[in-house]
Amino acid sequence: MKPAPFDYAAPRSLDEALGLLGEDAKALAGGQSLVPLLNFRLARPELLVDINGLSELAGLERNDGLLRIGALTRQSALERSELVAAGWPLLTQAVRFVGHPQIRSRGTVGGSVAHADPAAELPVALAALDARFTAQSPRGRRTVGAGEFFIGPLTTALEPDELLVEIEVPAPYDRAGSAFVEHARTHGDFAIAGAAAVVARGEHAAIALMGAGPAPLRAPAAERALVEGAEPEEAAALAASAVEEGHRRALIAELVRSAIEEAAP
Amino acid sequence: MRIAVRVNGELHEGEVEPRTLLSDFIRHDVGLTGTKVGCEHGVCGACTVQLDGEPVRSCLMLAVQANGRSLRTIEGLAIDGEHPLQRAFHERHALQCGFCTAGFLMSLEPFVREHAEPSEAEIREALAGNLCRCTGYRGMVEAVGQAARELGDG
Repeated sequence: MKPAPFDYAAPRSLDEALGLLGEDAKALAGGQSLVPLLNFRLARPELLVDINGLSELAGLERNDGLLRIGALTRQSALERSELVAAGWPLLTQAVRFVGHPQIRSRGTVGGSVAHADPAAELPVALAALDARFTAQSPRGRRTVGAGEFFIGPLTTALEPDELLVEIEVPAPYDRAGSAFVEHARTHGDFAIAGAAAVVARGEHAAIALMGAGPAPLRAPAAERALVEGAEPEEAAALAASAVEEGHRRALIAELVRSAIEEAAP
Repeated sequence: MRIAVRVNGELHEGEVEPRTLLSDFIRHDVGLTGTKVGCEHGVCGACTVQLDGEPVRSCLMLAVQANGRSLRTIEGLAIDGEHPLQRAFHERHALQCGFCTAGFLMSLEPFVREHAEPSEAEIREALAGNLCRCTGYRGMVEAVGQAARELGDG
């Protein structure tokens, strides 16, 4: 199908873009989720604010030990970044599961986060890394953590006049390994469930789940158990225990177990 | 809106509505119908073209977003005669009805340029973003390997 009519603006500056956003407007970044919604007419904004010209929003840099990801950074740039592979390998591992190369060449990190599909990989990996998300509007800037940012399927803490501008990721625990695993019917398809793990057994653990709830979910009981020396299988059962449906609970337990073993063999 | 897009090296100007998809601009305004439109939501890959050298789904971009950019479609793949990928697809029976082929070739061209000796797993991953509903992928895996080796030797 074809999109319903809309007005289109391609602002040249962030201030100009922020002045245009609001109830009936939608920000267009990589378009890999929004354009299908437009084509199906599931989204019918009056105004599309194309932020692709705002090059100040794209880029990866290390600053005081933090990784700063501009919201407009392409998923392919994240995938190819040596800085990210060396310091935040979980992001490199996770981004390879996002769609296909033809999707990642346009899709943006910020778009994936702001769209908040419950089957999206990057929000789950970022939740495991304690990332923080900065939104800007004409009213000012604010930064929130993953627990506050991701509210439910396709729902975040972003207000209609706010634009996600930056994601900051603290350096992971330096002796920890990481892994991202997921189960999808075919590679590149939307996953049914997944798990991200950053683990140094007996010292540190961060585990985030995809498909265990309406938004990325941390597994604090499993994390504590791993720090106290629990075996992967035991921690995985704790991580999955809140999932009600039996098949999904078994699937998540198995994914968490293999993520822990891959992260910290 | 007035846009100017370089398509296969040639400048095309046109007047489009903001909602015009890039795939429709290529087919209806530029008149290049080698690019096919399948699912129109980014799943099948039939509409894949290259934007400034990178494969993209043309059904997931608006024509206005290509203003001032450079596009390459299947019509611009072979510089003289036949690209090694096209020859390999022909020789290895890697197509039947041909509807998906343009999308496959535009996706694979950067891959065979960058990988002289790809493994079968790498080839299968490179094919994964496009769907074929008639021949299956066996012939394509062979064709991609053949084209990659040929380009690597050159």
